[in-house]
Amino acid sequence: MGYYKKNRDFHEARWDEPFIMEMGNPGERGVLVPQASEKVRERSGEASKLIPAGLLRKKAPALPELSQMQVLRHYMRLSQETIGTDINIDIGLGTCTMKYSPKIHEQLVRAEKFQELHPCQDESTVQGILEVMYKDAQYLKAISGMDQVSLQPAGGSQAIFANVQTIRAYFEEKGEADKRDEIITTILSHPANPGTAATLGYKVITLYPDENGLPDLAALKAAVSERTAALMITNPEDTGIYNDRIRQFVDIVHEAGGLCVYDQANLNGVFGLTRARDAGFDMCHYNLHKSFSSPHGCQGPGAGAQCVSRELAQYVAAPTVEFDGTKYYLDYQRPDSIGKLRAFYGVPSVLIRAYAYIRSLGPDGMKSIAELSILNNNYLIKKLLKIKGLSMPFAEGRFRMEQARLSWQELTEETGVTTDDICRRIVDYGFQDYFTSHHPRVLPEPFTPEPVETYSKDDMDEYAAAFAAIAEEAYTQPELVKGAPYKAALGARIEEECLTDWSKFATTWRAYQALGK
Amino acid sequence: MIRIGLVVNPVAGIGGKVGLKGSDGEDTVQKALELGAVMESGQKALIAVRLLNEVKEQITVYTCPGRMGAEVCEAAGLCYKLAGGDTAGGQELSSAGGQERPSAGGHTTSQDTRCAVERFLAAGVEFILFAGGDGTARDIMDAAGTEVLVLGIPAGCKIHSGVFALDPRRAGELAVRYVRGKVRGTKEAEVMDIDEEEFRRGRVQSRLYGYLRIPDEARMVQNLKSGSAYSEQDSIDRLSDYIVDNWEPETLYIVGGGSTTASIMRKKGLPNTLLGIDLVYEDRVIASDCTEREILKIMEKYARIKILVTVIGGQGYLFGRGNQQISAEVIRRAGRENIIAAASADKMLNFVGRPLYADTGDEEVNQYLAGYMRVIVGYGDFVMVRVN
Repeated sequence: MGYYKKNRDFHEARWDEPFIMEMGNPGERGVLVPQASEKVRERSGEASKLIPAGLLRKKAPALPELSQMQVLRHYMRLSQETIGTDINIDIGLGTCTMKYSPKIHEQLVRAEKFQELHPCQDESTVQGILEVMYKDAQYLKAISGMDQVSLQPAGGSQAIFANVQTIRAYFEEKGEADKRDEIITTILSHPANPGTAATLGYKVITLYPDENGLPDLAALKAAVSERTAALMITNPEDTGIYNDRIRQFVDIVHEAGGLCVYDQANLNGVFGLTRARDAGFDMCHYNLHKSFSSPHGCQGPGAGAQCVSRELAQYVAAPTVEFDGTKYYLDYQRPDSIGKLRAFYGVPSVLIRAYAYIRSLGPDGMKSIAELSILNNNYLIKKLLKIKGLSMPFAEGRFRMEQARLSWQELTEETGVTTDDICRRIVDYGFQDYFTSHHPRVLPEPFTPEPVETYSKDDMDEYAAAFAAIAEEAYTQPELVKGAPYKAALGARIEEECLTDWSKFATTWRAYQALGK
Repeated sequence: MIRIGLVVNPVAGIGGKVGLKGSDGEDTVQKALELGAVMESGQKALIAVRLLNEVKEQITVYTCPGRMGAEVCEAAGLCYKLAGGDTAGGQELSSAGGQERPSAGGHTTSQDTRCAVERFLAAGVEFILFAGGDGTARDIMDAAGTEVLVLGIPAGCKIHSGVFALDPRRAGELAVRYVRGKVRGTKEAEVMDIDEEEFRRGRVQSRLYGYLRIPDEARMVQNLKSGSAYSEQDSIDRLSDYIVDNWEPETLYIVGGGSTTASIMRKKGLPNTLLGIDLVYEDRVIASDCTEREILKIMEKYARIKILVTVIGGQGYLFGRGNQQISAEVIRRAGRENIIAAASADKMLNFVGRPLYADTGDEEVNQYLAGYMRVIVGYGDFVMVRVN
């Protein structure tokens, strides 16, 4: 009890592994497939002739040729060069820290019955997964207080996009689409809100926080007008401060004739405590992979849920899963729908985990998730704020919800060590680098921990101790921190300029070769 | 080899600690020295210059004799060349061989700074580091314009300009990043100064003098989770496109000074007075660099009027700094609802939790302008900011 390591003398594996495309030699094979006997060949004919001519490649693909051992070794090495939630205390990924995700859920999605499902199967043969999806939607209605749910979105941002499309469909129906061309959001709401609004042609009006760190209510009053289509807002924002005036925000926008959309990508701090509809919102969305148990990050798998009020039910993304009393079916007969967002329906692996999460926890369990995540966060904040040079801007003395945005500004001013330096140095202590802030960095030198409900007191103590040690290094040997990492898989520092300099940017092997590398 | 110029204003900041609120003018320097002031700008420059040792194989440092740079290089253990001076191409000197020109031994003047910059340019210098304050920045601007990249090491009493690094160490770090080819872009930053005579009488009157080109170290730092970052110039390009695409016909535009409004005018394909007020009607500049009286006279002929301004200086003035010609009376006649304010998203981040100011000299108009205003920061992209 109460045992944790302050220094694990960690060193990550470092293999300097080439790209697989650079490996192998012509003619190397993974498995030697025995030749078919003459008798078999006589009966079957040439294997290549069994494939329709239109499906045959004209020449073999330019794939690397390697033995099975080489391939295995390559990927095992790469796997040793990753840090994930199964190997480290992964508290630093504010908004994205892995939540309660029992491993038994992985058995469900790896089961043969599930893996062999095909999206083109007839509905009558996939009643099981349709039932899971239908019930997911019913539970999400109860959790949000909304009246209609679509599980079509492939991720959170697509669900937000669907909500903006719904805003437009609603005002088109009312004949006000041309007039209502502005969407209001806050600078500390997720960037997907202004991003999707702008993508669909809306002007975006952004509110800054007031002196208490909450969205500026007076600025909202000045921003709303007969041009307002909607307010898109997160609560709590990334600061973790709960906006207790949220009902006023909603009422002001409703009075101006606009709709209100609640970004609930991360539901952890409010599960069972508040509901979007009860606060007057017309729409919300969930990142099911984030809040309802799925391994996420590294671009997938994600799943979004679009949830709307009765007044907007006809517009949601199609199809929806419905039940006619005897069978479950995909309902495409939705003439007012914003339509399909993508091929097929939902992301079943995430939806089945979400179902298991909801069913195994029940309402009381989900509420305790929220309470524990808030308790953990405030414990961790108290530990972290004892560290010299680290502070928590805005609303001093006020408790935070499930996460908090802290600032290393004081430490940076006194030592020259920045949050990006610390972010690299923490890897040398055996932790994943942390999430600083969404874009843009409103607070200087940001750091956004989120300890969620799953981490123990010992885990949080160990995590805080590592940052205390790094802060001590910053004040005594700043160059040590600035030169980090030393013990990570990546020996060299990532040149982040390459991520924004499109002339140096490649996401595929062909593009990389085209750059002349 | 990358040629770097270093010029230190040895008397920068000398007036600050002895309460003289500045160091402009030889009399002030003399008075400060009599009051026991110590020249500290060299020490501040040294913090930055020491860091250049990290890239010493890749650079040639050009500087001035004595306290204007050579002493700092020697203290930092950095080889340097004296720019200009008695020999045409500069004299190669080891760190032990610094020679001192008479002027550098005595009190230096703004003329020395301007001379130094001219010599740097003649020597092909591409990046100038200078230690000083707003006054020094003005001298650099006079000689360098925006052709060469410049960065200020903050060492003066007055630091209102946007051309300085946050502190001397970061100036050095940024110079090193530049040498290593890590600086992503450049931007024009404001050179501001206050009238020291007025300041000593208790009146702060800052003015926009012009622009220097500095490395673009935007606060919007690329972050892996945040998607693609964009530079300050991208933001200005987008807001310029938006304003040009929504330019209203049959409307007189009163266009304020500043590099942001200059960018909008460039997008519109019109000439522009960087530090003056231009009047535009139907895609044509009908008057340039106008006085208040000229603006008022021309306004009489037009029914529809817009005022296009940007946010000036670190304190954030919409009116009253650099655009005094757009007077209280001009604003009153045009109407608050016809003011278009535009600034980069990055610049506006400085006003989270802080208001913008309007100082028209007319309390009634100041009150009229007070309250929330939309500032355009991109294409169809606005922020709500309070004006005091």
